[in-house]
Amino acid sequence: MKEIPQHLQARSGVNAVSSADRAAYNPRNNADPADAQQDAPLSADLSPYDIVKLARHPLRPMTSDYINLMFDDFMELHGDRRFGDDKAIITGFARLGQNRVMLIGQQKGKNTRERILCNFGMPNPEGYRKALLKMKLAERLKLPIVTLIDTPGANPDIGAEERGQAYAIAENIYQMIGLKTPIVNVVIGEGGSGGALGIGVGDRFAIMEYAYCSVISPEGCAAILWKDASHAPLAAEALKLTAKELLRLEIVDDIIPEPPGAAHTSPREAAATLKKALQRYLKEVTDTPLDILLDKRYGKYRRMGKFFEQQPQQAE
Amino acid sequence: MLKKKGVITDGLWIRCDACKGLVYKKAMEERLDVCPECNHHFRISARRRIEITLDKGSFEELWADMHPADPIEFKDRISYSERTAQEQKKTGLNEAAVVGLGSIEGKKIVFGVTDSNFIMGSMGSVMGEKIARAAEKAAETGLPLIIISGSGGGARMQEGMFSLMQMAKTNATISRLHDAGGTFISILTDPTMGGVMASYASQGDIIIAEPGALIGFAGPRVIQQTIKKTLPPDFQSAEFLLEHGFLDMIVSRQDMKKELSRIIDYLNGPAVENATEETVN
Ligand SMILES: [Zn+2]
Repeated sequence: MKEIPQHLQARSGVNAVSSADRAAYNPRNNADPADAQQDAPLSADLSPYDIVKLARHPLRPMTSDYINLMFDDFMELHGDRRFGDDKAIITGFARLGQNRVMLIGQQKGKNTRERILCNFGMPNPEGYRKALLKMKLAERLKLPIVTLIDTPGANPDIGAEERGQAYAIAENIYQMIGLKTPIVNVVIGEGGSGGALGIGVGDRFAIMEYAYCSVISPEGCAAILWKDASHAPLAAEALKLTAKELLRLEIVDDIIPEPPGAAHTSPREAAATLKKALQRYLKEVTDTPLDILLDKRYGKYRRMGKFFEQQPQQAE
Repeated sequence: MLKKKGVITDGLWIRCDACKGLVYKKAMEERLDVCPECNHHFRISARRRIEITLDKGSFEELWADMHPADPIEFKDRISYSERTAQEQKKTGLNEAAVVGLGSIEGKKIVFGVTDSNFIMGSMGSVMGEKIARAAEKAAETGLPLIIISGSGGGARMQEGMFSLMQMAKTNATISRLHDAGGTFISILTDPTMGGVMASYASQGDIIIAEPGALIGFAGPRVIQQTIKKTLPPDFQSAEFLLEHGFLDMIVSRQDMKKELSRIIDYLNGPAVENATEETVN
């Protein structure tokens, strides 16, 4: 029997959403709801900002859906033992086919009540500390770690600052670099800046086809550089935040394909593809001797970045 | 040297933008750009920081010719390469970070400083690489690593995800420095925010801040817009962080060199001092 996280039990599920809701959330902002053919294949000329909207789609499968659709067993583990239990990050033992893993997944919530409980997927320091505690447990138990990234960013509020948001994220990044167990990271929706990286360091960094990952939200970037948040589509383009761009730039290792109309049109199919990809990554990382894996992990981050040194000559 | 908005330079007198008082310019300079009236610590350049922190003439800059590439061909209203060229001209620096070897009261250290005037002191590939190399230098030489951060920008958005990954790169090298038995002293100055604070800057074995410095993860304006409430008066100040347990100490600029020297003595010295003449007698 699979245990569904308590705070998610009351959720209505993806199928309970009306077609009117679907139309209202059309990522391409079609004026005519009849155009909102969610099951139709997406056109090839989606702009980066269209993809950002798909990644934020309220019907997009999230960690709780993948727990239901993809994992063969899940046992949630709560709490950071210091302050509280952050619902924006779900952690626990999980079984994926033959693989027993520690799952760390960001959760936005599927309806208004849940979204408020999950703080719209914006974790607090206690969420990052909970994640670290469970990852340390995985290290001791020699369990690989799977993280599912889906956050607009870490929570920007008074309490988060009082409890050391920057410190919590930095500590996770610092610890994950050297954690003596394989780590696989997948961006399933939004990969929002430091809030994503706080559970996003490891041996494989993959992204789903219509997910995105960025150093700043396109709206935030537009507000600063264009002095106007409505220029978000331009910022989204400039930031090179789509899966395709990130693969070209060698920031991500792999793109996980989605159903023709994106993951929300067929969560089951999306979960099946994600499962296969995860099993492949898990095989690769668990087949690699741990000392080699850790050297490779260190080397990958150590080489990150592009700059000139002496006469203009690309170093990397 | 004082170029922050609100500071009126008028011959011998300037107006402090914190207390609005008229201050004798020379008195301000003698106090290392700290207002003699209200103790406001003005933002200073990397060069000035080196001058007031390290022994005279001891700084030997490393990897000085490293400069930014344009890895994602970023363009807003101007291109990233135009922007970096402008910033280089404005600051006389190749990049926001300056690192090297130096000494404090004769004690050798690996030293780094970031200049908040250069694209807000934000961290792109060059800053990440310089900090990583400085950490490696400290691990290799066994010298203490001291980095004085000033970054309102956090991770530099013009280098996209490459900037975000510098958070992992710098932390990776700090972790190796720790594995090698090294020590990192992180000094936070006004302002140290975002991706810089959420990476190497908060990983110091000893963390010090200048009085009144703005330090945090999310910018105060972003928080204000999100929660739609007025922020507490001291919010995200060095004093607020000390109160919440995130700093070892607040040290004023005039005392910084002396206090760093005392700390280095604790790092370098043995736990039990050798018997000296006075203890023998
Ligand atoms: Zn003053």
